Amino acid sequence: MSDEINPVINMVVFGIFVVATLVIVFRVSKRNATATEFFAGGRSFSGPQNGVAIAGDYLSAASFLGICGAIAVAGYDGFLYSIGFLVAWLVALLLVAELLRNTGRFTMADVLSFRLKQRPVRMAAALATLVVCFFYLVAQMAGAGGLVALLLGLSGPVPTGITVAIVGVVMIVYVIVGGMKGTTWVQIIKAVLLVAGAGILTIVVLAMVGFDFSRLLQMAVDASPEGEAILAPGLQYPNPVDFLSLGLALVLGTAGLPHVLMRFYTVPTGKEARRSVVWAIWIIGIFYLFTLVLGYAAAAFVGPEVLTDPATPGGQNAAAPLLALEIGGPVLMAVISAIAFATILAVVAGLAITAATSFAHDIYASVIRKGQADPKQEVKVARRTVVVIGVVAIIGGIVAQGQNVAFLVALAFAVAASANLPTILYSLFWKRFNTTGALWSMYGGLTSCILLIVFSPAVSGGPKSMFPALDFDLFPLSNPGIVSIPLAFLLGIVGTLLSKPEADHDAKQAEMEVRSFTGANAEKASDH
Amino acid sequence: MTTPDHLADRSIAVQRSPEFQGLRRSFFGFILPLTALFLLWYLAYVLLAGFAPDLFATRIGDSTITVGLLFGLGQFVTTFGITMAYRSWANRRYDPHAAAIREEMERGELTGDANEEAAR
Repeated sequence: MSDEINPVINMVVFGIFVVATLVIVFRVSKRNATATEFFAGGRSFSGPQNGVAIAGDYLSAASFLGICGAIAVAGYDGFLYSIGFLVAWLVALLLVAELLRNTGRFTMADVLSFRLKQRPVRMAAALATLVVCFFYLVAQMAGAGGLVALLLGLSGPVPTGITVAIVGVVMIVYVIVGGMKGTTWVQIIKAVLLVAGAGILTIVVLAMVGFDFSRLLQMAVDASPEGEAILAPGLQYPNPVDFLSLGLALVLGTAGLPHVLMRFYTVPTGKEARRSVVWAIWIIGIFYLFTLVLGYAAAAFVGPEVLTDPATPGGQNAAAPLLALEIGGPVLMAVISAIAFATILAVVAGLAITAATSFAHDIYASVIRKGQADPKQEVKVARRTVVVIGVVAIIGGIVAQGQNVAFLVALAFAVAASANLPTILYSLFWKRFNTTGALWSMYGGLTSCILLIVFSPAVSGGPKSMFPALDFDLFPLSNPGIVSIPLAFLLGIVGTLLSKPEADHDAKQAEMEVRSFTGANAEKASDH
Repeated sequence: MTTPDHLADRSIAVQRSPEFQGLRRSFFGFILPLTALFLLWYLAYVLLAGFAPDLFATRIGDSTITVGLLFGLGQFVTTFGITMAYRSWANRRYDPHAAAIREEMERGELTGDANEEAAR
């Protein structure tokens, strides 16, 4: 099969995307001097623009390659990912987006520390941000390695390492040069390409089966060694508690993802933040309907046996590109692969600017310089941090090759839901909530989540584990959400009730509540 | 520019004002039932998928469309529906109410003693 893959076409299509986006990034980045320009794109994006960019940030390699692959191999269980990823947006829309936009400036920690003790809370929030970004980055890089193996027909550590390094370097350039504005434009372009590409592929597939989805499912059943089992839950997660744990992490994770939250600061008002989420929900939802068709189509036309064969470069993450090859030949495959690659690049850039902003704004400016940092210095620190993050992501990406991307991202969601969401909700809605509660909840959620992952079958003890040779899986579930999320919520309550509020508690709480609900005194867009 | 103390006093006054309390009530009155609804519906979906896979595997008539697939698509429908319902509520009801309080707050009219505000 790999003799049909044309590496030259693949590289040319991808090269065009990289050059075009770099040109745009350089052009929009003329004004990147101030912190608001660099970290929040001057807050000048409209709701619909930001909504498309949110979709661009959110529809990562996990959504495209990961979900298509999971549906192709495990059938219905793959569909659960997309439902969780979508419904989760209601938490963000109803409870978080507008209030967060009204309250903060650049990072999630702005909101969490608004009425609590700045330094410890910012430190905890920044650490959680960095951990979530790390898991998410590694997941994207794992996807990139698998994809290039397929694109070039090469696998093995050297070509994979080189590709992951190229992704890292392009990402660094996007972020250092373009800041939030450049990164946002990359997201917008990529989202349009991704949704259009997946949409065209979906229409072609449906046309091939006479627009009869039932027939497509029948073909998938016939092609699968599991037969009818792919139409029902339970293939990938035979244990229903595992299912529930994953489902919880997915639905509660989105509203705690720092790179998603940061996007709300790129619009001028809370109302525009709402508009952007409404746009994002429509785009993301429609895209997941496409992946449902594409996943089963990959089962029908490519076959789960090919995708689970260790000789197939990219493994199940290659389901969507191989489907394109099967139905449209090498050119369509080149286009779909380039889009998938663009997806990875853009998401990685979004994560990098989030992690760098959090380091510069929360750790450097607030914790190290105690709030006395010059904003220009803050931007300079952020630019340097991007380089470090790029290097870490490259190394992590090389280590994590071969893991299912959607699965790795689900771990990032579990960390976000455990470490971030409880404190976000409490600080917005619970008057009595205080610093001790926040620290207990964030550190408790973060450490319990990481420990449970380390001791889960995902890391050791099974043939699909990260370290199959070792065996220290003491926790039976592959996603820790069902334990760590309730624990973090509980710790927030216990920590708060066992300690005294800050001296200016009532005044700060009033200030935050009035500001978050009405937008009074919220950060304005920068002038142009 | 307002000094921090001034801002704090005004924030407390606004927070205690009946206008703001009304805004809060209308927010939670709309948001909380809706949030409970979609979370329970999602939970029901996940639990059914986990504990009743046979129900989800049931085919609709002769087709390969299963009950589980319809439940899953149902989640899409409710998500889109709740999104649009919230948007229209927020635009029609919440925004004008919040804007009025914001303008008063930023103009500094809701200053002074909270009791006076409450009596107004």
